[in-house]
Amino acid sequence: MEPEYIAWYEVILYTITRFWPTWLSIAVTLAVGYRYRNRLGTFGRLYDSRIGMAGVVIVLFWVFTAIWADVIAQMGPLEQSFAGGIKRGAPGIIDPESNIVFLWGGDNLARDIFSRVVYGCRVVLIIAPSATLIAYMVGSTLGLPAGYFLGWSDTLFSFLANLILAFPVILLFYLLVTPEVQLAVPVEIGPFTIPWSIPIALAAVFLLFPILFLCAMWFTRYEQAPKKMWSYLGVTAVVGLWLYFGLVFGLDMIKGIGGGFLSETEIGATSGLVVFTALLIIIYVPIPNRPTRHLEAGIAAVACWAYFGPVFGGEPLDAIQLAPNELNIFAAVILGSSPGVFRIVRGITMDIKTRDYVAAAQTRGERSWYIMLWEILPNARGPLIVDFCLRIGYTTILLGTLGFFGLGLQPESPDWGSMINHGRPFVRLADTAHLALFPAIALMTLVLGLNLLADGLREESLKD
Amino acid sequence: MLMFILRRTGTMLATMVALTVIVFYMVNLPGNLEKLAKTEGNMRMTDEQVEQWLENEGFNRPFLTRYAEWLGVVPASVWVREGQPFGPGLSCLSEEEQAALVAEGPEATTSAFCGTIQGAMGWSRVFRKPVAEVVGERLGHTGILMFWVMIVMIPMSLTIGILAGMREGTGLDRGLSVASIATTSAPEYVTGIIFTVIFASGLGWLKGIAKAGDVTFENFTLPVMTMALYGMGYIARLTRASMVEVMTSHYIRTARLKGLNFRTVVLKHALRNALITPFTVIMLQFPWLLTGVVVVEAMFNYKGFGFALIQAAGNNDIDLLLAISWVAVIVVLLTQLISDIGYAYLNPRIRVK
Repeated sequence: MEPEYIAWYEVILYTITRFWPTWLSIAVTLAVGYRYRNRLGTFGRLYDSRIGMAGVVIVLFWVFTAIWADVIAQMGPLEQSFAGGIKRGAPGIIDPESNIVFLWGGDNLARDIFSRVVYGCRVVLIIAPSATLIAYMVGSTLGLPAGYFLGWSDTLFSFLANLILAFPVILLFYLLVTPEVQLAVPVEIGPFTIPWSIPIALAAVFLLFPILFLCAMWFTRYEQAPKKMWSYLGVTAVVGLWLYFGLVFGLDMIKGIGGGFLSETEIGATSGLVVFTALLIIIYVPIPNRPTRHLEAGIAAVACWAYFGPVFGGEPLDAIQLAPNELNIFAAVILGSSPGVFRIVRGITMDIKTRDYVAAAQTRGERSWYIMLWEILPNARGPLIVDFCLRIGYTTILLGTLGFFGLGLQPESPDWGSMINHGRPFVRLADTAHLALFPAIALMTLVLGLNLLADGLREESLKD
Repeated sequence: MLMFILRRTGTMLATMVALTVIVFYMVNLPGNLEKLAKTEGNMRMTDEQVEQWLENEGFNRPFLTRYAEWLGVVPASVWVREGQPFGPGLSCLSEEEQAALVAEGPEATTSAFCGTIQGAMGWSRVFRKPVAEVVGERLGHTGILMFWVMIVMIPMSLTIGILAGMREGTGLDRGLSVASIATTSAPEYVTGIIFTVIFASGLGWLKGIAKAGDVTFENFTLPVMTMALYGMGYIARLTRASMVEVMTSHYIRTARLKGLNFRTVVLKHALRNALITPFTVIMLQFPWLLTGVVVVEAMFNYKGFGFALIQAAGNNDIDLLLAISWVAVIVVLLTQLISDIGYAYLNPRIRVK
């Protein structure tokens, strides 16, 4: 039986309606944001910039698509159709068995490209921003002292940064992500057996920086209030180390301790609660009377829920533990983007340290690290936020490049780079071009949104 | 100035050594060597056979010795095993010398300087040719591609940037700026796919595959367009920013007040100063274009340097990989040096101490 197709305008129409949770969420977010725009600082002023607004809408589109992926997608990312003709079927093909419309066609294994792009969005939006965030912490922790003290630390760190920048990224990835290099060797340290390989070692170094960074922040800020300081340091150390060992070595402490009497779902729920509580403490306490803190707490709650949503949905610990492949590309991407962050933080630090308020803090006899973390860094936030948006886009591109060469995640992963890679052999025929075309367009729009957002933010922050 | 160049050259050498040590270390990891042994011998080798092969080829000797031999600062050894000469210095011995060594007996060893510094880059196991030959040929192909990319990219991006920055805030500026942002958002593997779909699969005007060494419109347009487009937006935006800065400066206002027309002001007064930043950036684009080259060559099956990199990395062709990283690092560092010196030379305000 020949499969039937729906018309091209129906494809467009159905595609738009499929994304209804996304549209609804964007509308609500924009409306709420507009209501509180005066309290949102630079973000609120984005409403005046058309370019910035376009960026916000595109980025929100993909963020909410990632959150609502389960509702939007019609099939699972790995689900195949066994009806005839679906394999590499053109957009709008109807599966005669299940009556599901393959809006963007079927891929080489008769999977729904639409659903895979939607799920791929989740993969991309988890890895790219978090890798960028960690790259930022690594870059700041090294860039601040390099720019502030200059001297040997500057020479050393700049040399290392230039070393990585001089390396053709793609060669680095080929060397780092080949199966032979990433093969983990078990190493016994006391009672624990931990896996060890070059990417794991890199991740072990990089993921230590966020903990160090936060601890340094609390220590310098609350040195005069030891009680507060120790409580913060304690929370950071406990949560940080728990996440650290879970992510890097796959050792989950809550699972280890509670594994005997808690169910998987309960362990997942506890993990989510621990992280959420820590976020709340961190958001509420340090800067009291900050007008936007309720909003931030709200955002944190939504983010937590989105991040740990799968946990409560019966996929425990999905967010805490990374597959070995994910850890490798995580490390590779952080390695690729930290030197850039280092350079920009160093440059801004060298500029800001000549300001009067820094001189005032030095005269007060503040610690150097206090000046760096609490005087220079907050005042550098404007250009850094802009760069952060740009860099998420760059990381997304990097991730796509890895996927394009088949070096990224598992081959069946729905991330956009891998999808482009799988669709590449079929792109030279008009009938099968959609295999690579849709993920390519998705990747381009996400990066475009981030770049437009960054441009809008830059324009608005220049108006100060 | 001389001190500056000397210091930069020193850093460059240190960077080169550090990078090649890293690459040397990574291609020589046990897993990679095992793979190499199995592709060279046969796939069903036992662990002992692999060990024997590595022993024969000399991969079991200390890391630093082997690195120094590869670099060419110590003579590379050659030895005889089972009546056959082996070792890293082998390719620098003539047939007669090899025969003489084998005739000497099973324990005979000799050595010869046979490293990268001497120009002996080794033997490519994938292409079954000397590495120098492979790299030379492939670099030539890529050079032609890059030449056309530059020819297309630089004038277009500078024009777009100058047009946009000339009158800040106008409709033209906004339009061009958004267009440049759009091009920077589309990496090569995205534009390549989209262009192939439109121009090759859809309209059939161009070829989806680019044959190396055949410079025709049909053949070259897609890869050149794909690569030029991604870099264009970035340079255009920098040119625009630099142009905007120059156009708001006092001397331009003076020139305007003097009664010169806008055209003369832009072409004679603003342009020169506005092009200093883009110049350095264009030079710094090279390392980044290198990644682009790999993507584009993979996508269009263009048998150039980038394609060789993929094949070398995929098959752990140690000598070729090392030569490729060596060349890539030299290109990157040289362009950085030229960009620094050029910047100091072009901008009279910057005098390097």
